[in-house]
Amino acid sequence: MDHVAALLVELGLLFAGLSLLGILARRLGLSPVPFVLLAALAVGNGGLAPLDTAEPFLTAAAEIGVVLLLLTLGLEFSATELFSSFRRHAPSGVVDLVLNAPPGFVAGLMLGLPWEGALALAGVTWISSSGIVARLLGDLGRLANRETPAVLAVLVLEDLAMALFLPLLVVALAGSGPTAAIAGVGLAVGAVVLVLFAAQRHGHRLGRLLSHDDDEQVLLRLVGLTLLVAGGAQAMGASAAVGAFLVGLALPASFAERARAILAPLRDLFAALFFVAFGFATDPGAILPVLPAALALAVVSTATKMGTGWFAARRDGVAVPGRLRAGTALVARGEFSIVIAGLAVTAGIAEVGPIATGYVLILAVAGPVITRFAEPAALRRPAFAPT
Amino acid sequence: MPVVDLEETLLPGVGVRYEMRCASGQMLGIVVQREGGAEIAVYDRRDPDRAQGMFRLSPDEADAVAEVLGAPRLTQRFADLSKEVPGLQSARLGITPGSPFDGRPLGDTRARTLTGCSIVALVRGADVVPSPGPEDVLRGGDVLVVIGSGAGLAQLEHRLTGRE
Repeated sequence: MDHVAALLVELGLLFAGLSLLGILARRLGLSPVPFVLLAALAVGNGGLAPLDTAEPFLTAAAEIGVVLLLLTLGLEFSATELFSSFRRHAPSGVVDLVLNAPPGFVAGLMLGLPWEGALALAGVTWISSSGIVARLLGDLGRLANRETPAVLAVLVLEDLAMALFLPLLVVALAGSGPTAAIAGVGLAVGAVVLVLFAAQRHGHRLGRLLSHDDDEQVLLRLVGLTLLVAGGAQAMGASAAVGAFLVGLALPASFAERARAILAPLRDLFAALFFVAFGFATDPGAILPVLPAALALAVVSTATKMGTGWFAARRDGVAVPGRLRAGTALVARGEFSIVIAGLAVTAGIAEVGPIATGYVLILAVAGPVITRFAEPAALRRPAFAPT
Repeated sequence: MPVVDLEETLLPGVGVRYEMRCASGQMLGIVVQREGGAEIAVYDRRDPDRAQGMFRLSPDEADAVAEVLGAPRLTQRFADLSKEVPGLQSARLGITPGSPFDGRPLGDTRARTLTGCSIVALVRGADVVPSPGPEDVLRGGDVLVVIGSGAGLAQLEHRLTGRE
């Protein structure tokens, strides 16, 4: 087979496989992320069928996948929602950080990672998967529940914290020392605050600049702007992901709705390729030895996340069953843990890959299962089932 | 109007959640999703934090229910719109019986020329007339949904009550 034929056939098989995995995941009521990771591990490096021809394309597509993931994350929440979450739930955000980041950091040091690697692992255990959790709340019919605003507020605050944590991590991974790391975070705080305020006053101008009757025009302008900003951020030594996130934040809510709808298929495609590329870059043989450590870390950080949800829901005056639901709902880790681990792997700390993969595989599956069991057994039925 | 015990909470990334304690003692939960769909819930008696026995409405169904129940939903949309454009506000202005415009066509208010405000809907009881024309005759008890600047709205309100 010539090169082009091989590339197309490999990608075709890849997408067909991803489709099957997606169906399987939905059947089981789980996120497709762990399935994609597992499959990529099985086929990739040292696995059954390394996709050699598609590898360079996958690497580039993975970078775009991260940028689009963070762009849609920024589009997800309006500035109003960020401010109101911050005002009402800031203590929950602090508890979230204090309870969930240290287990990852300590585990990283115990596994003999350099402190930069341990910092990345702290991020992996800290950030819940907003994708998995938001979907779960909808599927389980919990949106109207009284603990749900607190759960969503914790997710919003984590996402905002990501905009500060990612530059810190990128600077630390570049090995520039603590002073540069602090300067990097200062710059990120400044950029986020500036963008949020600019979005409040002038966001509609940006929206007008990007909007057009034609969806194709909107897509091209939005992706063009995002890649430019992301590239600029990367060139300045910050993270491309943060640049994309800021673009998403700056867009006004009225435009964001249309942008989300237009971007969704593209985001899904490239994000899937990102997870595939991450799985490929990880040596499956390296996961088995660290699996016990990943399991122990999963158990500890399940407990700490439940503590976070318990605390956040109690502040809203929710009773014990609701606090349990809130705590267990937050347990799932997923896409953003992988994004963080991916940064560490790219920076040359390959040991973060296997432990993060094992950890996300466990909690992306266990999280949704655990929170289903937080419902009283008699009521554990699918929501909105026709009776 | 009697005070309704309605609590509104933002659901980031989802929409808005409303919780209403009805005079009958029942608790009603409504989640209005940003895409326009809605969920309607009652709360579990043993666990009052838990939503139960819900309706899940598509955007079209939610619109249909809103039309049955009245016009506030329409006003909400314009409130959202006015949030996007700084300086633009929306208001619901009533035509009191005895107003100088009671029984006169909408065009006579010359709202746009004199105050710069646009009248985007006319609410009459359970009916809503979207984008009413200048020939639509106003009656006492009608409510106009208006968008414009803060000053323009105040001016129009004075004009409609005849206290100019």
